[in-house]
Amino acid sequence: MIPEIGSLALAFGLGLALVQFIIPLVGILTHRWRLALIARPAAIGQFFFVALSFICLAYSFYSNDFSIAYVASHSNRSLPVAYRLGATWGGHEGSLLLWVFLLSSWTLAVALLSRSLPALTRVRVLAVLGAVSVGFLIFIIFTSNPFARLLPVYPIDGSDLNPLLQDPGMVFHPPLLYMGYVGFSVAFAFAIAALLEGRIDTLWARWVRPWTQAAWMFLTLGIAAGSWWAYYELGWGGWWFWDPVENASFMPWLIGTALLHSLAATEKRGVFKAWTTLLAIAAFSFSLLGTFLVRSGVLTSVHSFASDPVRGTYILVFLGVVVGASLILFAIRGSKVAVTSWYNLLSRELLFLINNLILVVVTVMILLGTLQPIIAELLGMGKVSVGPPYFNMVFNILMTPLVFLIGLGPIVNWRQYSFDDLIKRTRVSALVSLMAAGSMVVIESQKALTDLLQIFIGIFLIVWVVLLNITDWWKRGSKKSSNSLVGMTKVSPSFLGMYFAHIGLAIVVIGVVLSSHLSVEKNVRLGIGQSQSVSGYDFKFDKITNVTGPNYDALRGHFIVSKDGEQVAELHAEKRQYRASRQWMTEAGIDANLMRDLYVALGEQIENSNDWAVRIYVKPFITCLWLGGILMGIGGLLAMSDKRYRSRVKKKFGVEENQVIGVA
Amino acid sequence: MNNKTFVFLIPFLFFVAMAILLWTGLGKDPTKLDSQLIGKAIPVFSRSTLQDESVTITNDDIKGPALINVFASWCPSCYNEHPYLMTLSKSKEIKIYGLNYKDERSKGLKFINDLGNPYYQIIFDNSGRLGIDMGVYGAPETFLINDKNEIIYRHVGIVNQQVWEEILKPKIYPGELIHGGR
Amino acid sequence: MKPLRKRRLIFVISIVVGLGAAIGLGLYAMQQNINLFYSPQEVATGKAPVGPLIRLGGLVVAGSVKRDAESLQVSFDLTDNAEKVTVSYNGILPDLFREGQGIVTMGKLQEDGQFVAEEVLAKHDENYMSPEVAEAIKKAEAEAKARKPKE
Repeated sequence: MIPEIGSLALAFGLGLALVQFIIPLVGILTHRWRLALIARPAAIGQFFFVALSFICLAYSFYSNDFSIAYVASHSNRSLPVAYRLGATWGGHEGSLLLWVFLLSSWTLAVALLSRSLPALTRVRVLAVLGAVSVGFLIFIIFTSNPFARLLPVYPIDGSDLNPLLQDPGMVFHPPLLYMGYVGFSVAFAFAIAALLEGRIDTLWARWVRPWTQAAWMFLTLGIAAGSWWAYYELGWGGWWFWDPVENASFMPWLIGTALLHSLAATEKRGVFKAWTTLLAIAAFSFSLLGTFLVRSGVLTSVHSFASDPVRGTYILVFLGVVVGASLILFAIRGSKVAVTSWYNLLSRELLFLINNLILVVVTVMILLGTLQPIIAELLGMGKVSVGPPYFNMVFNILMTPLVFLIGLGPIVNWRQYSFDDLIKRTRVSALVSLMAAGSMVVIESQKALTDLLQIFIGIFLIVWVVLLNITDWWKRGSKKSSNSLVGMTKVSPSFLGMYFAHIGLAIVVIGVVLSSHLSVEKNVRLGIGQSQSVSGYDFKFDKITNVTGPNYDALRGHFIVSKDGEQVAELHAEKRQYRASRQWMTEAGIDANLMRDLYVALGEQIENSNDWAVRIYVKPFITCLWLGGILMGIGGLLAMSDKRYRSRVKKKFGVEENQVIGVA
Repeated sequence: MNNKTFVFLIPFLFFVAMAILLWTGLGKDPTKLDSQLIGKAIPVFSRSTLQDESVTITNDDIKGPALINVFASWCPSCYNEHPYLMTLSKSKEIKIYGLNYKDERSKGLKFINDLGNPYYQIIFDNSGRLGIDMGVYGAPETFLINDKNEIIYRHVGIVNQQVWEEILKPKIYPGELIHGGR
Repeated sequence: MKPLRKRRLIFVISIVVGLGAAIGLGLYAMQQNINLFYSPQEVATGKAPVGPLIRLGGLVVAGSVKRDAESLQVSFDLTDNAEKVTVSYNGILPDLFREGQGIVTMGKLQEDGQFVAEEVLAKHDENYMSPEVAEAIKKAEAEAKARKPKE
């Protein structure tokens, strides 16, 4: 019964999404305003039905309804309840339903929170969101119905969720990531609405900014959660692999970051209008591209779902229609909204322009690297692939100037700034940064020259960004209150958000630079009772015990870590075999603090012996990666909480709802 | 078209190029891989049967023409497929061997006891090694064996009446029209 | 107007130069880091280069895995059912490394025909075989088949 309700709710959701998409547009074209206003109730109704359908699926997982094919292949009676919830989005069908559910949630938020918008703008935005919903709902209902039944005979037990996904990180990672992906649909819809109306102004940018910041925040946190998961769940201590699916989430993030900045310029100075709409379209297009890459089987990846050419074809066609139509609209209307505005060579506008260019170029480079296997095959270059070295090289070199500019961004004024002032404001910070970088190089002087160069640049950038942002923050705070520290808390949320995001990024860079250059990694063969010393820590392989989990059996290696004779930590590294799928999983033992992580993972037991292959890592400052990510997320949250986004502006512009009806 | 519009068309053109690129990448589905063993004899193996641990079954016990159906109690689609295998087995059109793949003996037995046994014999391959030797990608999968015990076709997914009538049967009983027989 | 024009020109030129540099960098990085895939047959027939980092894939030959008694040093043979290449590796093999399993290794070919792997990859999905390995095997088998009648 429940699954039938779920299917039916999906069908109703599709019906309402069609209403939300088509009728308002017809209403606008035929000047029947009452028709147009149906968008809002339709959006609310669509949310209701899609949410109902999602709840039905989650409940089916909770109640172990293995007559549903999707549940049977992604869950198991012995699966803990929290993971059953996570299993709801553990496969293709369910994660797609999650995607649509989140899309309808964002749509609901727009419908409810956009009272300050002119009615027609709101109607257009909702209609565009409705169109996207229609595409995804058709996709779900006709190619990927999560409620398909296995009747009349069905298994008594399910085949279990992929053990890799049985992890707290995996319960949160996809919803956060999807919130980000899907959130860019709002900025996209606003951009399309603006192109249709042919009007892009400061006010428009002010409407779009909080939505973009919200999506960006979720995407940032989602990526951070995913990288954290990879770090401790894949069992070899890596946190970023430049895997196609990771790239698929990173490209919208880069474009989204560019969009945040260009929106700021559009709001404050009315510049980059066409460019901003293009970025809004691009951010969402890259989200759709990510969906395509994960589900089409075009590229192989650790994360990809079982591939299905029919699904791939559908998404590609859908992508072609949505993105193609948007870009044609952009080509026709974009040139009309473009303006040439005056700004000096040295001005914040210029810095933002460079920021945008770098981010876009980096994105294109990552795109090329990701699609490179297809390109090479097409050109008959054989089976080639570019690995992480390509991405690292391109990314590091291109991002270095960008991070440098983060130090200057807050200082340099809009319109123009004097070069002399810039030198005055930055020379102390530059000196301190140089000294910090220099002393780090001296400490690590035994390293190779290229390492030293990277450490030098890295440390310089970190100190540079943190110092300049904090001093600017301090300066702004001192204008608010006689006590600068108190004043710093009174700075407007927009600025607070910016400082948090910038400093968060610098902290991420600390994690990247220090953990990649100062980590000590040892793969060793250890017997019970033996010890291995790694960068001053003594790891003793104490014993192996058997552990019985809810749905797995494990061997647990106990490691006692001591430094200078004193015990620092006891680590438990496990090798788990999940009973239902009989797959083996590695669970690393980690002791983390701000300064360093101690990391132990069991490799394999070496045949005909009691020895184990063991990975022992000491990774300094790696926690900074996730700490910085969280700070950036908080930055997004602060920025969107700025009051000016909620001030009512309808009187100044456009038409009120009842006025519209009056016209009709 | 003036210059300015052309500049604004660039993103669209870029997108079209990329879409074409992605299009060429579509359809290279890894599940479409042929078994490495097409045209070769079934690999040498020796396993116990599902029903009785003490009874050994080897590659010499397999007598084609036959189907070797890879199934497991953990595989949802196998439940879907099973009723047709029962029908096919009763029709005596072809012998069906079972390959119980990466399963537990008790669960595999329960599967057969609950749903009926369409198999002539069932090979118990709980390690999955025989599956790997045969190039099994997942379950359900079905291999078509000719009278020389050579694997002549591998079908990924469920076998139903349509698959049997239209794909498998013509390969084993080619009739006059289809490539003159071996 | 003139200073504005001049400024615009500087803008355009710097953007073009910047983009050009970025593209150049990208191409350079790609060229430096492209890893070509070779099959054991291609290694045996001398088509694979000695020195640069390449990828080699195939099935692990049953019974060929040899371990050092003291360290993690391990060696095994990879085959595409046509030729064999001996791979040596010092490190931890992935969970799904097994005899008979298709894997991909990344490393350097030595003068003596040995392959020293820096990385051994087996996917996290048990049923997975890298399409490249599968194709290499298929190709080698097809060639073997084609050769037989002539002999």
